[in-house]
Amino acid sequence: MIAAYLVLLIPFIGIVFFAFAGHKQDTGRLNVRFNAITLAATVWLAVNVLNNGTILSSDKAFIIDSFNVYLIVLTAFIGLTTAIFSAPYMEHEKELGKLTERRLKLYYSMYQGFMLAMYLVLTTNNMGVMWVAMEGATLATVLLVSLYRTPESIEAAWKYFILCGVGIAQALFGTILLYYAAVQIGDGDNALLWSVLFENARKLNPEILQIAFVFMLIGYGTKIGLVPLHNWLPDAHSEGPTPMSAVLSGLLLNDALYAVVRSKMLVDGATQGNTAGLLMMGFGMLSFLVAALFLHRQKDIKRLFSYSSIEHMGIMTFAFGMGGPLATFAALLHMTVHSLTKSAIFVSVGHAAQLAGTQNMERIRGLIKTQPQIGWGLLIGTVAIAGFPPFGVFTSEFLVLLATMHSYPWLAPLLLLGIGIAFAGLFRHIQPMVYGEQPEGQLPIKANLWPVMIHLALVLWLGLAIPDFLANWFSQATLLISGSMPL
Amino acid sequence: MNIEQQDFYTQAILSMAALVGLTSFLMLGQGRLLRLIFVFALQGLLLTMTTALAAYSLDSPHLFISALLTLVLKVIFIPWMLRRQVLLMNMHRDIEALKNNTAVMLGGASLMVFSYYVLHPIVQTSSAIMLNALAVSLSVVLLGMLLMISHRQAVAHVVGFMSIENGLFFAAIVATKGMPMVVELGVAFDVLVAAVLFGIFFFHIRTSIDSLDVDRMNRLNEVDQ
Amino acid sequence: MNWLLAVIQTMLFVALAPLLSGWLKWCKCHLQNRKAPSLLQPYRNLLKLTRKQPVVAEHASWIFTKSPYIVFSAMVLAASVVPLIAVDLPSAASADVIVLVGFFAFARFFLALAGLDIGTAFGGMGSSREMTISSLAEPAMLMAVFTLTMTASTTNLSLAIEHVLHEGLVLRPSFVFAMFALILVAIAETGRIPVDNPATHLELTMIHEAMILEYSGRHLALIEWASQLKLMLYGVLIANIFLPWGIAQGFSAQALSYGLLTIIGKLGVLAILLAISETLVAKMRLFRVQEYLSFAYLLGLLGMLSHIILEASR
Repeated sequence: MIAAYLVLLIPFIGIVFFAFAGHKQDTGRLNVRFNAITLAATVWLAVNVLNNGTILSSDKAFIIDSFNVYLIVLTAFIGLTTAIFSAPYMEHEKELGKLTERRLKLYYSMYQGFMLAMYLVLTTNNMGVMWVAMEGATLATVLLVSLYRTPESIEAAWKYFILCGVGIAQALFGTILLYYAAVQIGDGDNALLWSVLFENARKLNPEILQIAFVFMLIGYGTKIGLVPLHNWLPDAHSEGPTPMSAVLSGLLLNDALYAVVRSKMLVDGATQGNTAGLLMMGFGMLSFLVAALFLHRQKDIKRLFSYSSIEHMGIMTFAFGMGGPLATFAALLHMTVHSLTKSAIFVSVGHAAQLAGTQNMERIRGLIKTQPQIGWGLLIGTVAIAGFPPFGVFTSEFLVLLATMHSYPWLAPLLLLGIGIAFAGLFRHIQPMVYGEQPEGQLPIKANLWPVMIHLALVLWLGLAIPDFLANWFSQATLLISGSMPL
Repeated sequence: MNIEQQDFYTQAILSMAALVGLTSFLMLGQGRLLRLIFVFALQGLLLTMTTALAAYSLDSPHLFISALLTLVLKVIFIPWMLRRQVLLMNMHRDIEALKNNTAVMLGGASLMVFSYYVLHPIVQTSSAIMLNALAVSLSVVLLGMLLMISHRQAVAHVVGFMSIENGLFFAAIVATKGMPMVVELGVAFDVLVAAVLFGIFFFHIRTSIDSLDVDRMNRLNEVDQ
Repeated sequence: MNWLLAVIQTMLFVALAPLLSGWLKWCKCHLQNRKAPSLLQPYRNLLKLTRKQPVVAEHASWIFTKSPYIVFSAMVLAASVVPLIAVDLPSAASADVIVLVGFFAFARFFLALAGLDIGTAFGGMGSSREMTISSLAEPAMLMAVFTLTMTASTTNLSLAIEHVLHEGLVLRPSFVFAMFALILVAIAETGRIPVDNPATHLELTMIHEAMILEYSGRHLALIEWASQLKLMLYGVLIANIFLPWGIAQGFSAQALSYGLLTIIGKLGVLAILLAISETLVAKMRLFRVQEYLSFAYLLGLLGMLSHIILEASR
């Protein structure tokens, strides 16, 4: 349990430290170290869970089970690699005169704040605290989106703030309804604890829970970026600094989905039906298709990949909604590989944009000629995210497709069509950027592509073989969510 | 159960619910920013009174803390901050011409009906009072959203945002006698941080587009220009 | 005996109406740091006007000369329906609240006709404005009144007031809304600020004054008196429906005098509130009156809805 507290404590110290220490040359490296220590703590936590099974803290405030443990490690891992990428990246931005030291101070402090909020969402057992942390994540990142202080970035941040704030308010209403239903069957103090609610889910009033779920889905769905509540997402991704886009796509969206799934588990227990699942399937499918179509008309490279994030979140929501063991397993896997791939892509995209001096895709050309690592990184990342074998995304998408054919065969063509459209949308933009003629005067930059390589290697590994302990967690989580083991 | 048979606490809560709903409607139709902020503060005051009443009648002292928090945050701090911004920007003389005010009002009324419709299943499990309280708070939430849609000024958006919080708070107090303390403190903290962030944002928006008119923020969209 | 009481109550109504507007004017003057006229000034005005010979335009038809009498008697009849100091009077039992609204409409109809009759520009303008406002105000008023009558399950004012009295203090959201709606309507209907300004003859903004611009002498006196009565009628309606405590339920001298005192007190307080609001609020543009009245209607509607939704039995 100490490990769990450590995971929360370290980022907290980080916030305070960076807020007061002021910016120095090595602050970026310090940030890396903070994240590395947190990663170590999460690994320790994971080993604990691996040995002892689910951990519930003595006051029931925190729960670490097989569903969230790997997400915690994933969060820490992506937090670390993004920090590694961000240190030189942000220094470079400062040299370009886009940022001042004060803003960098804010950036590093809020980076830790965002990580804290993420860990809190994942570890807490209290649905109310989960909401608070989710809102906290918005508050921490909103000033980072507007870090460059351009009119566009301020507009994006405002949109992000308002849309997510209003959206997440709906989730609070859902939480209040949940609490209301829970108070009727038990004591008030524990009535928001997920573990308690899950045990007593059958006793909860199904009608109220269904209404509550609708609100939670809308609320957290805004954060997931489900269509039609997705408007903030491309703006926030494209206008904020690139490391922010990487963690937003890789972590925030996942955690919001995690919150929805936790709520769905309660609702399914209460209603013994699949209303919640159908809702999620509908929203997921819609987001998937709309985002796939929107991929085609993007001009900004970061917007392109943020739509790709919406598309993949759509697939996951859809798969979780379908709810069978196979689909759930696939969704869990997809959460992992998508996070890894997407953050890797954003890292390459950040370098590419810095190299070309613009985010406009029409003016990014000839990456492979100028700096092959970046070009290949972007290309392989895109290949992976588009769902090519042998990468992990292929495996999970294939499993989703399999599950769809099994349970809802008539949706399978739609899914295939969407994947095809998304593939075409990505490649028509990426191909000229990577292979096209190199513009004059384009010079290589100092780039750190280790994070990209590690991420992509992991995704490749997950595509070829899932390690035992991870497969074990996935299976247990699937059992927890869908009620039966996969395969 | 008729209202005459309810105890005084329930009657008072119902009246408070009605008044809170009314303030939401008042805000919806308000074109002047200072008055909008005033009505918002009024809503906060009603909320404080409701909370204090609940704390007193239900004998749950932790609600007094919530009441105090509400008073400080929603009645004093946030209105003060917004008012200062409005005066600073010299916007208090402008009247925002609200388009389709009648349509917005009718929309508001139908949102209220909608919230009753949505929450109707609750009646089966509990008293009609709960339905009313929850439905009114849901409609305050929805009216807050409508306020944000129908107004163009950033200040009005913040008021809408905060009044959504008010609606949620009202639901928490009336339907469930307050959330657990840790959640309530967390929510209050979030509101405080949000308020401060809004203050920072006003500054940024003002320096970047020289106005707090949200319609002027239209650089990012999916439509080709 | 009861009928006698009813007559006395109506006469009290008629007699006290100028006093109320005198008191209102007095409060307002003091709030605005002006020297106030005596409380009895409205009586003196009326007396002076009745002594003067009315000047009637050449082209005036009978409508113009008869209208003041019709308007005044309609108001007196309306006053007889509204319980002032006691409930259960036979006059109140004979008519209900819809008839009351009808009396108001009747009086207004003739006043508007009289405004048109002479054919001057101002008269026509005033009439058209008055009808516009009243057509918007009437639904709002009926909404508010229906909220009350649905609660009491009767349209009879006297019975409704008794119902409220018997129930004791019940906090009803619907009443709160209905009261606000009725207050807004009352302000519009009696031509007070912010809808109309009774103290000015500024051509472009006046409504009520424009209609009666051609009147003089005793005709004017009657019309003024009628509008004072109307103000008092609305005041009594608001005071007695929503806060009926103190009104006499029996006919003993003590109960009656107590009833008289309380209603005077309530009206006095209402007048002070009105004076304060008139001092604080500026008159609004004519074209915004419809917004104002649709807000009143909305309130009435909300009152009705909250009665059905919040209070009805399940």
